[in-house]
Amino acid sequence: MSSTPPVGTHAAIPKPALEHVLAALQDAGYTLVGPTVADGAIVYGEIAGTADLPVGWTAEHEAGRYRLRPGVPGRVFGFAVGPHAAKRYLYPSAATLFRTRRTAEGFDVLPDADPVPRYALVGLRACDLAAIAIQDRVFLDGPAPDPHYRARREAAFLLAVNCLEPGGTCFCASTRTGPRCTSGFDLALTELDDVFLVEVGSEVGARILAAAEWRPAGAFELTRARRALAEAEGRMGRTMDTRDLPDLLYENLDHPRWEEVAARCLSCANCTMVCPTCFCTDVVDTSDLAGRETTRVRVWDSCFNHEFSYVFGGHLRPNIRARYRQWLTHKLAAWIDQFGVLGCVGCGRCITWCPAGIDLTEELAAIRGGRTP
Amino acid sequence: MSTAAAPAAPHPLSPHLAHLVAVRPEAPGIATYTLELADPGLRARYAFAPGQFNMLFLPGIGECAISLSSDAAEPGRLAHTVRAVGSVTRAIARLRPGDAIGVRGPYGSAWPVDRLRGRDLIVVAGGIGLAPLRPVIYHLVRHRQAYGRVQLLIGARVPADLLYVAEYDAWRASDIEVVETVDRADDAWTGRVGVVPVLFYQLRPDPKRTAVLTCGPEIMMRFVIYEALARRIPKEAIFLSLERNMKCAVAVCGRCQYGPIFLCKDGPVLSYDRVEPFFSVEEY
Repeated sequence: MSSTPPVGTHAAIPKPALEHVLAALQDAGYTLVGPTVADGAIVYGEIAGTADLPVGWTAEHEAGRYRLRPGVPGRVFGFAVGPHAAKRYLYPSAATLFRTRRTAEGFDVLPDADPVPRYALVGLRACDLAAIAIQDRVFLDGPAPDPHYRARREAAFLLAVNCLEPGGTCFCASTRTGPRCTSGFDLALTELDDVFLVEVGSEVGARILAAAEWRPAGAFELTRARRALAEAEGRMGRTMDTRDLPDLLYENLDHPRWEEVAARCLSCANCTMVCPTCFCTDVVDTSDLAGRETTRVRVWDSCFNHEFSYVFGGHLRPNIRARYRQWLTHKLAAWIDQFGVLGCVGCGRCITWCPAGIDLTEELAAIRGGRTP
Repeated sequence: MSTAAAPAAPHPLSPHLAHLVAVRPEAPGIATYTLELADPGLRARYAFAPGQFNMLFLPGIGECAISLSSDAAEPGRLAHTVRAVGSVTRAIARLRPGDAIGVRGPYGSAWPVDRLRGRDLIVVAGGIGLAPLRPVIYHLVRHRQAYGRVQLLIGARVPADLLYVAEYDAWRASDIEVVETVDRADDAWTGRVGVVPVLFYQLRPDPKRTAVLTCGPEIMMRFVIYEALARRIPKEAIFLSLERNMKCAVAVCGRCQYGPIFLCKDGPVLSYDRVEPFFSVEEY
């Protein structure tokens, strides 16, 4: 069928037709970014087509542990999220804010002229879409919306995938951010044995899908997809009780558990780097040797870094106890006051990629459990 | 790589060019720098409220948040009282009149001077904490009839650290009761000795009509608040200005968070009832 599928409907395409969808995205001027096997993990990277996707691969996730494993042969998206998230492409780890050039009057401020990449982000999960929606609030709804984020965000095509194989550290069912993609995508795939079901989320998505040999999804296929998602929801490796947040944490800022977790936490900042919603930044100024031209670059930072809280007179959070507490209370409490939404999307990345295996669901449960750990 | 058009407008975190027009030494390591925005249109539009701050920028060195310490009724000239303690503030201390500096702002919340009309005010400053309160004093001087009794309690570690001493007589002439104290006297000092909160011992404020405005080291503000609460002044009538590390001033760098509060956007001036849950938490 060559017509355009209506927005809001489900289509079905033969599995090999995913190649045509990706080719249509490239033809439309997008740079493809998707999951791919590199460095012993499934990471996001630029891909040329389906051959670069982790077909037949899966991964084991546990606290402080990630292992790439052969999965179901031919399964294209048979794995849970790796260490990378969309923020790496929409809010990169280093971005020039502006440059200055010395003049007789002082200096001129030159806007950053870096071109804005048009990414098609392939394989985003429901938790990733939820994280993007959260970062939209952070970067676009504040007192000074960020034009760099806006440009990248508006230029991006989001090709999402419904998660049928949650990992051992996943808990999006608890945060109500998955495993089904409910909004914020251009196209959302559900991988069945023989076909991809494709939910059309936008006009742009519909035009891209028109390039593949799609047909309306059958009722039986939709039922299979729904069952698979319901089953996935029941197979989350972790759960998190989100009741009474933020008060639970505000009332327990002196809980002994903070001391206990600080004894294990290395304050390495891995959790904040892999977190799809963490947004804190620093700025770095550089200049040429003569000081004529300078550049001001915004870089990712972390509340776990010692310098993060420095003011004249000292560091406000010299101890890891205070830094871990800051991170967790921001993510699970203050975030709700600030942005009207939990700062955690249940992706489990911070658990998997913590070298000490610290599990925020466990820490929260310990605090909920009472004043004695 | 395929690309979309880059944003043509300057990033909102870009500074505006300004020039230093005057430097006035205030105390050892502290001076007041008066700036003028270079663009006449911007200069005409610029307005601030007492308690707000600017981000001051030097190319290749960096940026820092500094309170405005001048009269908000004269926003064409922007004074910032700065202690040279970090890379940016030390570089500011090396500037000479005519030198360029970047300015963006104003940012943050203000002392609620309009809401406090008709009230008695106790203004308590410690050290350089007097800087963000000076615009309040100027406002009170200009609108003295609109307020009740005004007491200004000023503390410094040593007499040489007292800021704006030359102005105290003018403030007194406007019926503002100025009381100074120092932690350590020198041979020439004939005034009070002791920390600022002690000055509260002599006060008998009417809790129903009094508001407290304070800025200084957190340990000082802690005791000021203790003394104010002991005199039944409600939490909602105690205002303080807090300081945290800031890089953006628009609630995206995440550094100035104080519980749910972004001090750059919701602060730096806050009423004590909003601060209280976190104010006594260690290392918060």
